[in-house]
Amino acid sequence: MRVLVTENLRIDLEQELWECRHCETALIGARENYKRGLLVYDRDPREIHKPLLDPRKYERTYSPHPQWCRILEYYCPQCGAMIETEYLPPGHPPVRDIDFDIDALKRQWADREEVIEAPVGSEPPRRRGHSHAH
Amino acid sequence: MNDMQTPLDESGVLDRFLSENRLFCAPDPAIMEDHRIGPRDAREQALLEGEVDPHRINQVRGLILAALDEGNTMIEQMGAAPGAKWGDMVAAIFTASGDLSMIAPHGVVGFAACCHYPIKFIRKYWEHDPTVGVRDGDGFIHNDARYGGIHNTDQSMILPLFWKGRLICWLSATVHEGENGSCEPGGMPAAAESKYDEGLKMPPFRVVENFQIRRDLQTFLQNSVRDPKLQYEDMKVKLHSVLRLRERVLRILEEHGEEALIVTLRKNLEDVVEEVKRRIRELPDGTTRVVSFADSTLRENALLKLNMAITVQGERMTIDMRGSAPEIINRSINTNLASFKTMLFTGYLQNIWPDLPQCMAVFTPLEFVFDERSLLNGSFETPQAMSLIPLFKAMTIACIPMAKFNYMLPHRYTAMVAPQYDQPATLIYGGLTQHGEQVGNFCADINGMGQGGRSHRDGEHSVSPPFAAHCDLGEIELMEEDIPIVRLGAFTLAKDRVGFGKQRSGLGYEQIATFRGTGLWGFMTGCSGSLFPSALPLFGGYASPAYPLCKIKGVNVFDLMRETPEAFRFDIVELMNTQPFPGASYSTHDMGMTFELAAPGELYMMCQGAGGGYGDVLQRDPAQVMLDVAEDLISDVTARDIYKVVFDADTHVVDEAATAEWRAAERRERLARGRPYDEFVADWVAPEPPASLPFFGSWSDPQQVYGVTMGQRVAMPASGLESMFMLNPKDVRIAQLEAELLAARGSAD
Repeated sequence: MRVLVTENLRIDLEQELWECRHCETALIGARENYKRGLLVYDRDPREIHKPLLDPRKYERTYSPHPQWCRILEYYCPQCGAMIETEYLPPGHPPVRDIDFDIDALKRQWADREEVIEAPVGSEPPRRRGHSHAH
Repeated sequence: MNDMQTPLDESGVLDRFLSENRLFCAPDPAIMEDHRIGPRDAREQALLEGEVDPHRINQVRGLILAALDEGNTMIEQMGAAPGAKWGDMVAAIFTASGDLSMIAPHGVVGFAACCHYPIKFIRKYWEHDPTVGVRDGDGFIHNDARYGGIHNTDQSMILPLFWKGRLICWLSATVHEGENGSCEPGGMPAAAESKYDEGLKMPPFRVVENFQIRRDLQTFLQNSVRDPKLQYEDMKVKLHSVLRLRERVLRILEEHGEEALIVTLRKNLEDVVEEVKRRIRELPDGTTRVVSFADSTLRENALLKLNMAITVQGERMTIDMRGSAPEIINRSINTNLASFKTMLFTGYLQNIWPDLPQCMAVFTPLEFVFDERSLLNGSFETPQAMSLIPLFKAMTIACIPMAKFNYMLPHRYTAMVAPQYDQPATLIYGGLTQHGEQVGNFCADINGMGQGGRSHRDGEHSVSPPFAAHCDLGEIELMEEDIPIVRLGAFTLAKDRVGFGKQRSGLGYEQIATFRGTGLWGFMTGCSGSLFPSALPLFGGYASPAYPLCKIKGVNVFDLMRETPEAFRFDIVELMNTQPFPGASYSTHDMGMTFELAAPGELYMMCQGAGGGYGDVLQRDPAQVMLDVAEDLISDVTARDIYKVVFDADTHVVDEAATAEWRAAERRERLARGRPYDEFVADWVAPEPPASLPFFGSWSDPQQVYGVTMGQRVAMPASGLESMFMLNPKDVRIAQLEAELLAARGSAD
């Protein structure tokens, strides 16, 4: 039984392993912080959110300030898929974002069928029948 | 020494004396800290113990919702406030004890979690007070969020409904009125340094008797604000909308009887409680966490942490916000506990469980933990006029940890969605209009924020503010008839300002505003996110960019439009980079600006922002990337540098094989530059925040919180936070300039 956890991660309950959903390889034990099974890169945010205003003319350019904000990019060590990103000030400890009770998870899924493809879910309700057309 | 002790037989006298001689009916913690529905009253208990007809309940529920929708529409059509015109309002119905059971289907959902607080106050303090009381024909006005509410720009009209001499339920209408006599126009002063700078602070009090507004109290309120016409008109609009709602409910009582109404209102709440408990039980046991940052107090830059951990155990869900930034006693961006919970509720009802009935019972099964005197749980004396800084982040922050609980479920109640842009990105204005009337308010074009990417498709562009999915945008032409603002660049999507991802975010639009026809006009803005991105990504996407406020001063653009209209076009990036107006000054700033007067024809420019991206950019379909290029949402450079798509520069035809190879090479690059987590963390994690960063909140341990007071960093136990006091930014600037002057004189010597 495998349980989908994010767009990129799943847990093999029998093996008690975190797995990458892209290359289907094991990352680390399911009771561990899954990030410990990944590679991390400290990205200067200006490389992604590039300055749109001329930095020679302006202090604020639509880019985050690199002394205030960094992007931690987490990669699968096998296939290089970007599993997670984290926006943090420099030096801030990464957050343990998922910390499940694996024994409870096993009990919960004992009676459930495995979900192979994540369902989409319904669209949120929207107001209909209104228009600004003249 | 026993003289001070009270003999037992006198203690009852003392208790009665104290209860009858209360010095000040301040907000009651017993009310304000309780977000849950109350117990059944005796009538509810008796009726619900008997047989309940679900068909009749369904019928009555439909009639009530139709009546609420009618009341809401009346406010929208008749209201004078910009907030009313674009839908920042609600009509609501409550049980007799004051629990909010239903709101208008197109109302602002957050009000469903807070409008009950002032009614609980009325019931506890005024109903049995011989100088006040509650009678048929009464109406109570309220705006102070410390007694319940989102923030003090919102005014409510609250009426008890009596039937055959008994109080059956309560009805209310609430509108974001804006102007409230605060120290800056528009009701949300960033410059407020104490709560006494905030303008009107109305606990609930009776302003309507025998269904008529009392002229003396109305005059007092009009005399306290910049826009007496607005104050009067919208008091009447809210009253008459509620009176229409009252007529409809009386008809329901005539047709179906009071038992049916009482049972419907109560059962709607109890059924929601059970459904939410069932949904929590479906989730995995454990904890998910996220941190989010605002980067401004609106007076100076500071990194304000929101620290969230959500724990599920069985049918219990606990939201723990400990370790967040401390309160600031002389800045207006604090919020109170109830308002913060209200905006968390908004996020759940808009993004996580949007199919649930919109009532306060949704949060009844949830528990909350906050530090005392945190920015999110500000004490009574803190200014809270610009509480929107934490409150807007509260609307989206739970999307990320809840997605990590919900993703595995066999059934989803809505699609996974990355956070929407979460700043009140619009201009607040004030001054004399072209008609010579004094006004102050909030521009309606706050409704253009991009949604985050979803699991199955891109986020919607400029869809709404994050607190009001159903809201509209008023008619710009009508606004320009009322106020002197002219929008020269409204509603153009802000190219390349995107949350990149497998599913990209929706884009926000550019706003280029100026004014004419008056000599006394000014603007303010109240956003963070100019240094640190505001809308966070989900599952490996990228966030929104950082957004500045851009100004072009020392020019009257109307003159240039007459003389050389061909010399420029209204595009923020182009105007700022090419600087086409000779002699003008061009500058960028944080999007938090206290009120400043401007000259006619000067430009103030900002963006509604993008949401967060969803998933790995290298998994985005190259055809979707090129569609974004074709629709002018992103540039060729972005398509290449971010998404690694190879295409012909002239034809924009994708080279599939070369793209696959480039993406494979980029994945190999990731493997080469990434470091194992433990090794990375050993180098990366600093023992405390960088000395150069004004960082407020916990760092590695949520029980130790950093702050700054009088310019000095302090570390405090989270269980014993103290208010921070900030230096005057002008004093800081003067000190910097004096130091530079001293250094310059020293080097000259």
